[in-house]
Amino acid sequence: MKSRLLMAGASALLMCGLAGNAKAENLTLCWASWDPANALVELSKDFEKSSGHKMSFEFVPWPNFADRMLNELNSGGKLCDLMIGDSQWIGGAAENGHYVKLNDFFDANGIKMSDFIDATVTGYSEWPKGTPNYWALPAFGDVVGWTYRKDWFARPELRAEYKAKYGRELEAPQTFAELKDIATFFQGREIDGTKVYGASIYTERGSEGITMGVMDVLYSFGFLYQNPDKPYDMEGFVNSKGSVAGLEYYKSLYDCCTPPGSSNGYMSEGIDAFKSGQVAMQMNFAFTWPGFESDANVGKGKTGYFVNPKGPDGKQFAQLGGQGISVVSYSEKKDAALEYIKWFAQPDVQAKWWTMGGFSCLKAVTLAPDFPKSQPYAQAFLDSMAVVKDFWADPSYATLLQDAQKRFHDYVVAGNGTAQEALDGLVRDWTQTFEDDGKL
Amino acid sequence: MTDQSTDRAPTASRPLRGHVVRGLSDRAVAWIFIGPTILLLLAINIFPLIWTIRLSLTNYRANRTAEAVEWVGLRNYQRILTDPDIWHTMQATAHFLIWTIVLQVLIGFTLAYLINKKFRGNDLWTTLIVLPMMLSPAVVGNFWTFLYQPQIGLFNYVVGYLSGVDPSSFSMIGDVALAPWAIVIVDTWMWTPFVMLICLAGLRSIPESIYEAAECDRASKWRQFWTITIPMALPFLMLAVLFRGIENFKMFDLVVQLTGGGPGSITELTSINLKREAFEKWRTGYASAYAVILFVTVFGLASIYVKALNKVKQR
Repeated sequence: MKSRLLMAGASALLMCGLAGNAKAENLTLCWASWDPANALVELSKDFEKSSGHKMSFEFVPWPNFADRMLNELNSGGKLCDLMIGDSQWIGGAAENGHYVKLNDFFDANGIKMSDFIDATVTGYSEWPKGTPNYWALPAFGDVVGWTYRKDWFARPELRAEYKAKYGRELEAPQTFAELKDIATFFQGREIDGTKVYGASIYTERGSEGITMGVMDVLYSFGFLYQNPDKPYDMEGFVNSKGSVAGLEYYKSLYDCCTPPGSSNGYMSEGIDAFKSGQVAMQMNFAFTWPGFESDANVGKGKTGYFVNPKGPDGKQFAQLGGQGISVVSYSEKKDAALEYIKWFAQPDVQAKWWTMGGFSCLKAVTLAPDFPKSQPYAQAFLDSMAVVKDFWADPSYATLLQDAQKRFHDYVVAGNGTAQEALDGLVRDWTQTFEDDGKL
Repeated sequence: MTDQSTDRAPTASRPLRGHVVRGLSDRAVAWIFIGPTILLLLAINIFPLIWTIRLSLTNYRANRTAEAVEWVGLRNYQRILTDPDIWHTMQATAHFLIWTIVLQVLIGFTLAYLINKKFRGNDLWTTLIVLPMMLSPAVVGNFWTFLYQPQIGLFNYVVGYLSGVDPSSFSMIGDVALAPWAIVIVDTWMWTPFVMLICLAGLRSIPESIYEAAECDRASKWRQFWTITIPMALPFLMLAVLFRGIENFKMFDLVVQLTGGGPGSITELTSINLKREAFEKWRTGYASAYAVILFVTVFGLASIYVKALNKVKQR
């Protein structure tokens, strides 16, 4: 009798276990290897508890992220069920069928795109741009902005010297002209016995670095990707007078005010330069900002944040970063992956995401009255997100990006030719690409 | 006198028995042995080559498999051969190739000549010298970027110390004039020991008796060097040049780690450029044509060189 009871009990336990396993999936989320990804691992533990699914993560360092993940998507790989892919991938991923279209899912689950910051919806979710076709949920808002050494800017002797030289207070710059003055002022100066430099800017050649930096400046100088009335008509827009002036400005900033050996620097080099006390100002994506607050050298009020400055005509734009989260169409666990997106879109999860260092795109979080005071960089992030522009998101974005990398690095770092020649060459390269695509 | 007819009889019948082993001819047995290798070669060398040639005549893109593939004839070849940027990468590759080979042969042979002399600690020095070639190129590229760092790099510090210039006033991998030399220096540092080892093998293969005969003929050391050492070590030297030439023509990892092809495109070697076309821009057809051109170039040059090498060996 006893043994029969034991057998029955064991069978019941086994049945329960099997029933549980039939529902629980092991989901793999793919993203870049950086601080926000670590925060997402922590955040996702709540999803594991509530859903019973198990989360695995595949994180790739930024320089190899696009190569690795685009290869995965192009080969129809099943490694990733969820992909937090770069904003520029959206066109190719949508047209080549890598991502699941989410419109029906959003409608069925009451997820409204109007609840998210408009620029992030356009940048991370829509393809074609400006149409209500959604391929991702805005996951991580990001934008190129600036940090500065607030403690250095507050020193009375430096403030007095700066005012005597430039006739204005030493404050976070409002225009690119002011930014260059400040960078020149700090370049080569000794502070606390250490030689410091003006600014750290993006110059990386291999992936997308210098393009992100240059575009961040060019937008405010009048650069447009194309004729607003005639798509893919780039002559006079990409290489306009304003664009040429913007590119010349970027080169002059590189030549005058960056630390020695800055010929191939991107996000991590910028972080290192700023944290080590090498530079007075630093161009970098907003995701880096929480890391400065907790740093022993530059944290505790020593760092200030400002929006990308205005151009000569008062225009002000900033380069969009960030990503949306998508379901990979080759996944065999699409239902569970959609469950994750539904969970992630909830306001309380998004609020927790922000507190953990994730830059939420949900208006309920960012437009909350206490948001601007919630972190020292919150206001700068909000203001920056209001002026964003993004690089091409066409299926040929990778080709367009590599052309820009070459042209910009050739001019800015190597010093070959003129800004006009670089931008004329870029128009030729991009025209060729769009001709090959049959768009011209 | 031996009876040849009786001796020959068994040997004559042996091939008849040897030809058929359990029903298989010698030729069939040979095919069974080399068949798998030939199949493997066809699968991983010949078929991809033919496929690449086919792709090179199309506008195929590996990231857009759903799109129709168009036959474009020789358009990809024409574009490549008339593209100044491609010729620039060829020049960058030629600069890298020529200077690394010249320096490695000169330094490698000199080191081999010195190591070949019998002295105390000979083995220890040989081991120390060959250490760099045991490292991974990616690791070497990475740590040399630190050595070349203008503010904290040891290389800049040493140059500054010896020349009196400010170490942070120049950037080996950020300056257009210096970057091509920066990659030559690192490759030379890493691969000179390899050339040295080959030269050492050549030097040790020269019989001592030849030098003794030259001594008897009162030939000077200088004369012995030019008429015995160099001619007899020449095939080994040429072999080292061939190996290094082929290796450096496809150089990728070390330079990517060091400069990423920059500043601008000054150190963008053909292999880096080809990788960008194939796996970053995803212009598969174009990249295939590029690969075919490079293959023909390397194959042609290597064939001419091997013929020359054989002639030298026959002398």
